[in-house]
Amino acid sequence: MYPRKFDYTAPRTIADAVAALAGDEGAKVMAGGMSLLPLMKMRLLSPATIVDIGRIDGLDRIEDRGDHIAVGALVRHAETAASDLVQTHAPALARAASLTGDVQVRNKGTTCGSLAHADIAADQTAAVIALGATMVATGPGGTREIAAADFFVDTLTSALAPDEILTEVRIPKGGSGSAYDKLGRRGGRSDYAVAGAAAWVDKTNGSITAARVAVTGVGTKPMLVEAVGAALVGTDGSPEAIAAAAEHATEGVTLLEDLYGSEEYKAHLAKVYAARALTEALGG
Amino acid sequence: MSTTSVLGGVVRRKEDPALIRGEGLYVDDIKLPGELAAAFVRSPFAHARISSIDVSAAIAMDGVHAVYTADDVRHLGPVLAQVAVGTLRPPLADGAVHHIGEAVAMVVADDRYIAQDAVDAIFVDYDPLPAVVDLKAAAADEIQAHEGVSNVLLAWSGQDWWPGVTDELPDAKPAIEEAKARDDTVTVSLEMVNQRLIPTAIEPRAVLANWHAGYGSFELWSSTQIPHALAGAIAKIFGLPSNKVRVVAPEVGGGFGLKLNIYPDEILCCFASKELGRPVRWTETRREAPASSIQGRGWVGTATIVGTRDGRILGYELDAICDMGAYSQNFTVAIPLLGLFVAPGQYDIPTAYTLTCVVTNTPTTDAYRGAGRPEAAYYLERIIDRYAREIGMDPAEVRKKNFWQPDQFPATTAVGLTMDSGNYAANLDALLEKVDYEGLKARRDAARAEGRLVGIGLSSYVEVCGFGPSALAGLGFSWSEYGQPAAFNGSGVVRVNPDGSCTVIIGTGPSGQGHETTWAQIVSDQLGIELDQIEVLHGDTAESPFGVGTFGSRSLAVDGTATYEASARVKDKAAAIAAHLLEAAPEDIRFADGGAHVAGSPDKTVSWPEIATSAYQPHTLPDGMEGGLESTAVFSPGNATWPFGSHLALVEVDPDTGNVEILEYWAMDDCGNVVNPMIVDGQIHGGIAQGIGQAMFEAAIYDDDGNLLSSSLMDYPIPTAADLPSFRLDRTTTPTDVNPLGVKGIGEAGTIGSAQTIVNAVVDALAPLGVEHVDMPLRPRNVWQAINGARG
Ligand SMILES: Cc1cc2nc3c(=O)[nH]c(=O)nc-3n(C[C@H](O)[C@H](O)[C@H](O)COP(=O)(O)OP(=O)(O)OC[C@H]3O[C@@H](n4cnc5c(N)ncnc54)[C@H](O)[C@@H]3O)c2cc1C
Repeated sequence: MYPRKFDYTAPRTIADAVAALAGDEGAKVMAGGMSLLPLMKMRLLSPATIVDIGRIDGLDRIEDRGDHIAVGALVRHAETAASDLVQTHAPALARAASLTGDVQVRNKGTTCGSLAHADIAADQTAAVIALGATMVATGPGGTREIAAADFFVDTLTSALAPDEILTEVRIPKGGSGSAYDKLGRRGGRSDYAVAGAAAWVDKTNGSITAARVAVTGVGTKPMLVEAVGAALVGTDGSPEAIAAAAEHATEGVTLLEDLYGSEEYKAHLAKVYAARALTEALGG
Repeated sequence: MSTTSVLGGVVRRKEDPALIRGEGLYVDDIKLPGELAAAFVRSPFAHARISSIDVSAAIAMDGVHAVYTADDVRHLGPVLAQVAVGTLRPPLADGAVHHIGEAVAMVVADDRYIAQDAVDAIFVDYDPLPAVVDLKAAAADEIQAHEGVSNVLLAWSGQDWWPGVTDELPDAKPAIEEAKARDDTVTVSLEMVNQRLIPTAIEPRAVLANWHAGYGSFELWSSTQIPHALAGAIAKIFGLPSNKVRVVAPEVGGGFGLKLNIYPDEILCCFASKELGRPVRWTETRREAPASSIQGRGWVGTATIVGTRDGRILGYELDAICDMGAYSQNFTVAIPLLGLFVAPGQYDIPTAYTLTCVVTNTPTTDAYRGAGRPEAAYYLERIIDRYAREIGMDPAEVRKKNFWQPDQFPATTAVGLTMDSGNYAANLDALLEKVDYEGLKARRDAARAEGRLVGIGLSSYVEVCGFGPSALAGLGFSWSEYGQPAAFNGSGVVRVNPDGSCTVIIGTGPSGQGHETTWAQIVSDQLGIELDQIEVLHGDTAESPFGVGTFGSRSLAVDGTATYEASARVKDKAAAIAAHLLEAAPEDIRFADGGAHVAGSPDKTVSWPEIATSAYQPHTLPDGMEGGLESTAVFSPGNATWPFGSHLALVEVDPDTGNVEILEYWAMDDCGNVVNPMIVDGQIHGGIAQGIGQAMFEAAIYDDDGNLLSSSLMDYPIPTAADLPSFRLDRTTTPTDVNPLGVKGIGEAGTIGSAQTIVNAVVDALAPLGVEHVDMPLRPRNVWQAINGARG
């Protein structure tokens, strides 16, 4: 609970922040600090320098960009959850943000911070994957785009380079619905996900034309389970079709047991929540 | 009790504004000039020999003042215990460690950051030994938690264990065996785990010690429930008279029994302060708290009932192994004994028991809210439910059929203790009526018909608390070693100051229970002094009378009574003074509206300031009357008190996930007379939350090597308000005659009544699947496993 010594800097521009990161191998970005500070206090992580991006202008916005919405690096969970834009175009993300942590965490922690942190049981990770989002990373060489499905590499490991900042996440508009649901560690939807799933679907003329399901909490990383979407496409999205598609929910997932669930249980829950998220995304 | 007086009225807590605004003073808010900070090296092994400790790098660091190991502090140990059975804890691990998190070395540095850096720079060479964690393995003694010492400390069984408190009892076993052999009886048994818990006070423990070389005295601030006992212990350890040790427990942010112990860090901070001539502070981190303080519960046992097919219980047996952890601390082996005190619950039934106390390579267990009594209630009330199901009788009916009846009180139970008062059937009936039991059952059955898993759970309980009687404290253990009298009495000082305000000083202190308000109500009710004119002081051994401490729901029944008696004496004297001033007879004096008047002549009045001023001006007093207006009373109750109640829950289980939702929770408690209903309700709320915490969330989980897997709040989920339903509370009132206030105690009742209420409800929900039992915590995974197992 007492971190090692570290330096602290709070640059005013993205360029300065990137420079601070690039010039210091031991530097770490801090946004809301909700995950970074506990790790430092437990001395599991001891960055030489904290680069606090909290004072950079313009990162705290949720913007309508025509074909997509963009959530900036300093948008808090609570803001994501309450945003009309997010609720309208990305209900799965709004819901996942509303189920992240408690009131204090939601008022301090950021959506992008949660994504960059890449916890295996985080909520919003699954939502952005299912929504087909694009992550925008800014580094010394400029910006690059990373598909959400490729962003989560391993436990607590994202595709960001150490000197890159996740400046925003872009969520395409479109589709007929999306949803997120989870079982929390304290039962109900309380606390980190024992298992959770996000679903995005597009249904035209009574038939599913596209679908994506991502799971979280059950394996070594939050991930897109392509087999579920593939199984649903072309069906009518009936409860039977959903149940059959959800059976694929662990395909390609490296299951990981913890105090809250055996592999068998987690695999079962992945299917249950894939079906629940799909049902809700389809308005059921 | 009349509700027109402040006694029995909802009075807002006097202490809350400061606490809510963050303006209360906790140990960490008290700053001394020149403070140093301590941190501890803690064992990463559950059992290992220490072959060497290299402190050279740490001691060489800038800002490090001292590093201590066992060699430096051996002479201070072992850490004193009130019930000193088993191996007592050395101040720092001496040659071997016996549980994860045991303190091995102490660093004292300029600040806590440096201290922590130094901790990281200390290299301890461990030689790991096999650890014993499993309770059955521990009882079998194949691996010993302390090399060469049997794990089995003692077994509470038979009738020979409380001489002087009860008469010898007949052995219930032969009659129970005979009943089992009859062919018109049924016998049901369940093996159940009452899992280990980690008490989680919002304020962790905190210590600040200051040695005054000039005066040869210690000042010690500690977040403790037992300041007087701590002062006595420190005095004894350092060879001082107890008046040279001042212990202050300021605001205490939750106790629950975990702060009812003497801990090594309290002794070591005193030691270091004396060695270094500077104040030394240690504040427990959330990270180290699970293993640096005591844990609670930890039983594995089998409950058995034999009874007739029409619901008459002919015998109850409880056979359990109880986890003591690695060392004995304050009450360790006495916790299961407290459970035995209420083993037969509200029932007039032959009872036989064996509670085997074993040592394991885990942190010590000691009192945690309820302390033995939740465990006992759990086993009994679970097996009664099982029995009711076996004979196809309503669980409420079975309970009623075996209750003690009101005309049998005082009732001497199967374990030889005498319960003061009870009206069990009326209390349960009040609950059943309140919840519309028949309607509720219909609602459950309708849901069941739709294939939903809905269940009703019921539990009755009886608690023993308000300790007293004093003789109970002397149960033959080595109290004299502890530097304390073996006593369970209580004390209170009531002083009316010259300006008519009133100072009350009590021997116990709050850790959230609202003593300041409750005690002010008692005194205000007696003297007619306004609540805001009454200040209640506590927790400072330099100013308060000797007090045993805040635990076992005893403060109000014992120390509260002492304060009541002290205020009655002050009232008598004040009446004599008022009579003198008003030229009336003392028996005609009445107190009301901030002063006294003569009965029948409301205009002949003197105010409290006038009475009080006179008391401090002896020339204005009646001839021969001593000056001052103050009294100290000590109350020694003739018995403990025995609150009781019944709880009921309605739950629904999600068959796909095993998730349990509590739809409704009702409690009908009876703690005798109530001084402040709002505070009593608050205590029940917190108690139920902790009981539900055990039922559904919490578990201290160790691997086979004794590593604590649930060592942070990420892995040890405690319930928050958002995870719990709105509790619906009501009460019946059956006063006690053990004290003149007729009060019993309510601090632990909610916890004692609730865990099995939830488990009974969940098992009822799963009954259509044939599930007979699910061990706590009822996390979704465990419930799902039970569902899956039942479905094959
Ligand atoms: C009590 C509690 C309960 C919680 N419960 C949940 C829960 O139920 N579900 C859930 O999903 N999460 C939960 N969390 C985690 C929470 O969501 C965090 O807020 C989030 O994971 C991190 O966001 P932050 O802004 O606080 O990031 P920080 O803590 O500041 O940073 C986290 C990590 O991400 C990096 N980082 C942050 N922002 C950026 C960026 N823009 N670019 C590059 N790197 C960046 C940091 O360097 C660091 O490594 C909980 C946390 C707490 C304390």
